[in-house]
Formats: sequence, C-alpha cells, structure tokens
Amino acid sequence: MATERTLQIQAISGHVGTVPGRGAHRDLEVCKLVDVTTCIGCKACEVACVEWNKYPFRETTFNNTYQTMPSTEWNYWNLIKFNEHQREDGTLMWLMRKDQCMHCADPGCLRACPADGAIVQYTNGIVDFNQENCIGCQYCVSGCPFNIPKFNSETKKVFKCTLCSDRVGAGLEPACIKACPTGCLHFGTKSEMKELAEARATQLREQSGFADAGVYDPSSIGGTHVIYVLHDAKHPELYGGLPADPQIPFSYTYWKWIAKPIGLFIALLGLLAVFFHYIFTGPKRPQPEPRDVT
Amino acid sequence: MTTSAEPYDEVVQRDFGGLGRTVVHEGELPRHSTYTRALHWTVAIFFFLALLSGLAVYTPWLFGWLSPLFGGGAMTRFLHPWFGVGFVIAWFFQFLNWTSVMTWTEADSKWLREIGRYVKNEHEVEAEYVGFYNGGQKLQFWEIVFGGAVLLVTGLLMWFPEISGRIAVAASYVFHDIAALIMLGGIFIHIYLSTVGQPGTLHAMTRGVVTRAWAWTHHPAWYRQITGRDPRADYEEARRRQTERARAIAAFEDDETKPKTERRPKDT
Repeated sequence: MATERTLQIQAISGHVGTVPGRGAHRDLEVCKLVDVTTCIGCKACEVACVEWNKYPFRETTFNNTYQTMPSTEWNYWNLIKFNEHQREDGTLMWLMRKDQCMHCADPGCLRACPADGAIVQYTNGIVDFNQENCIGCQYCVSGCPFNIPKFNSETKKVFKCTLCSDRVGAGLEPACIKACPTGCLHFGTKSEMKELAEARATQLREQSGFADAGVYDPSSIGGTHVIYVLHDAKHPELYGGLPADPQIPFSYTYWKWIAKPIGLFIALLGLLAVFFHYIFTGPKRPQPEPRDVT
Repeated sequence: MTTSAEPYDEVVQRDFGGLGRTVVHEGELPRHSTYTRALHWTVAIFFFLALLSGLAVYTPWLFGWLSPLFGGGAMTRFLHPWFGVGFVIAWFFQFLNWTSVMTWTEADSKWLREIGRYVKNEHEVEAEYVGFYNGGQKLQFWEIVFGGAVLLVTGLLMWFPEISGRIAVAASYVFHDIAALIMLGGIFIHIYLSTVGQPGTLHAMTRGVVTRAWAWTHHPAWYRQITGRDPRADYEEARRRQTERARAIAAFEDDETKPKTERRPKDT
C-alpha cells in the first residue's frame, strides 16, 4: 500500500540515532471483536446503533425472550440474540450474541449484486452499501450466509450495518463499541483483535473450564472483519444460528463470472449462424422462383 | 397425413372472427386470424421488453446501457417482472390457441430426421407430409412454452425472496438465465426464417395471408387440406407456365431485335 506510506518519515535532519518508526507497517484492516462470554445483554449497542444512524426506534416483538425482535431489520442493524442452552451436565447457559454484518473478506452480497456501485468493499475490510445505486433486486439477501441485508419494501433499497464507516473514516470507533459498558466489544486492526481473541480463548480454555472455547473467524469466506470469542466454538449454531461453515451459493461464484458470458456467447452464436446461413445458403423463396440466368 | 388445422381455423374464426378483418386477395390464402396475430405480437412485444430489461440486469457490465431505456437500474428491475407478467398472460392464451395445431406428430419426427436438407435448402418444395406447421416451428413453439414455464416459476421465486428463501433464489436465477438464453438463441432463428430467410412469410403474421406459391412450397399438406388441390401438381403447373412465358418473351424479344427485312409477315 504505497499510497498510505508516503507520509511516513524516511530521514530527519540533524537527528541523533535511527529514525523513529522507520519501516513500521500498520495493518490497515479493521476488525470488531465480540467477546460473547462477557456480554450481559444490556442492548446499549442496539441503542447506540439506532441513535448514530438516526433511525427511529421501531416496534419490538415480544416472543417469550429478552430478544428485541426476531431478526435485524432494514433500520435496526444490530441485535443481541438471546438463547438458552442446556449443557450435557444439565446446567443452563444463557448465550447472548451481538448479531450484525460480519464484513466478510469474500462478501456474498457483493458477489451477488448486479448493480454497478451498489456494494463496495474498502481496503480496510468494511463492506458498505450505496443505496443510490441499489436497484432493489435483493440478490444480496440470497448471497449472504448470515441473513444480514434487509429490504425496505417502501424505498425498494437494501440496508445493513456499515461498521460505522463514517466514524471509522474519521478515526473513531463504531458506535456500538463506544456504548458497550462491559468491554466485551473491542475495535482495532485485524491482527490485534485476532491476537486478543486468541488470548481470551486460551484463558477460557485453561482457567474457566470451557474446553471448546475458541475464535469464530470462518475461513470458508476468507475470514470476517467481525470476529467472536465463543465458549463453544465447535457449535456456533447455538448462538442464534451462527453458521459453522458459511457458504456463498455456487451460482454467485462460478455461474456468475464464468457461465454468464459463455452462455451469452453461445446464444449470440445463433445470430452468427443465421447471418452466415443467409450469406452461404441464401433465402428460400416460394417456388417456382424466377429462373437462374447462368 | 392430415393436421388439425381446419378445425383450429374454424374455432378461431367462430370465436374471434369479429375482432378484425383479414383481406384475402386473388392468389392468396388466409393463414392466421386477427386473434392469433394479436396474441403473437402481444407475446413478441412483452418478450422483447422483458429480454432487454432482463439483459440489463443479467450482465450489467455488458448491457448496462439498456437500463436508461427503462428509467434507470432500479426502474428496470421494478418493471422487468411486470413485463414478465404481461408476457405470461399472452403466452398462456397463445398456448391455448395453438396447442392442438402444435401437437407433435409422426410427420414432424420425419421432418426432423431430414433437418439437414432443410437447412441446406435442398428441397425445391417441402415434403408432401408437411402440414400447417413443420417440426421446426413446433420445436420453437414448445421451446417457448417450456421456457416460459421455467421463467414463470423461477421468476416468481426471485420476485418474492422473503417467501422462497435464499437458496431458492440463488438456484432460480441460474435456471431463469438458461431458459432466457435458449429463447434468445431461438428468437434469432425465428426472426430470420420468418423474414429474410423465407421471403413471403412475414405477411402471415401481419396481414394474415400467404400466397398460394408460399403455401405449396413450405406447407404442402396444409395447401392440399384447404384448397383440395394437389400441391405438387399445382407447383409443376406453375413451373410449366413460367417456362412457357419465358419462352414466349424470349421469342418476342428475339423478333424485335432482328432487322426489319428478316421479319416474318405478321398474321392479320
């Protein structure tokens, strides 16, 4: 990333010793770390998200759970999922997971989208929707393994969490991070967050008796820019349906980029075929046609 | 070998004859009623609206320039399914209108085995058994019927993703594409053969009539059925007359160019 390093100091006049910071390289990829083991389900992040993005508070749905509503909505991008889980020894666990866009390294929404400029991925890893270019086809909804993009049927546009790209671009942390009272949410570079997550997972395994504790950063989609520390990383489905092996549908990977142009080319061969039929064989007129001169 | 063309024409004339007029001049035969023609062009218009708006969504980096025709990307996406609805309604009535006459017969299988000679224009006139429609036309019809059914089902699944679910949408659009591509390839052949490829055919769908020569050339069995005459004999007769006429003209022109002294005295 040559452009980002142009203002790094190379040499200093009259300076004793080495140039401080010379050759230093900073990871440009951002990452949000959600430590579900220290989340208390206070929903401050939900409120902060709605406030920062200036959406009105929408109606909640009571479903015999503390969950605000069944799933995220087009103007409610951040939702704590509450799940009660009975462990093998009979004890109960209350699993709370902050659900939002995962900002995949290989985003299914972006692969599926046919509209020029409706979905962009920044070099820092944030995947953002530009509603002015959205055509409302909802292919992104079917491309996403996490059920995140949500359609507004009134404006016919799709919305989702932006990882507060407006705040991050100004050097701030996302609104949800700022609001979290327990410190279960962290924000930094991908490598720093990965390191922190692994340290916490090790702590859980060695000191808290969660033998299966681990980090959720699925490699099937090239990793994500939102990662989780889970008590039971072997069963992410327990946390409100987090897929163990998220996949982008085959049709958005191979079909779209290979088969589409080939198929179109084959159809256009029909046009070439009839053109050359006319050139080489010529028309068939009602008989008897005027006799040949030759 | 007979086809069901006659009862088909009768039914259509009885039910929809009042819709408009089909003027048949001397030497012409009525082929399509106004109802059939109206249906055909309704299907055609919606087909092309859906095709052009669909291409803009199919490969935007190649056909993005088509979307301004429909009011931009979002409007193109909004209109495309409605064009599809228009297509499907006309397509359904066309299916009812043509089912009997498009039924596959032994004659069509025979025609299909000889398709190579048809493509190379080796037949002077089509084989005796070729009726109101030949095997190729029937294939084109059934391709549109089944293609349209695939487009309808997969289109609905993609139109209402909140009901169908994400995997159904992702799979549907593959089949939607394949059906559309097959129909796109087919439409090139259809347009070519009905215009420059076989002159005189387009009138069947515009004015509703064809010439007798067109009928005995392309659909001999149908010619026999509606005129009660032998297509081959009428064709031979037309050819004989043409030869005679050519000979007479040649003799006349030959006469004109000779010096006056060599001219034979004219009959009085």
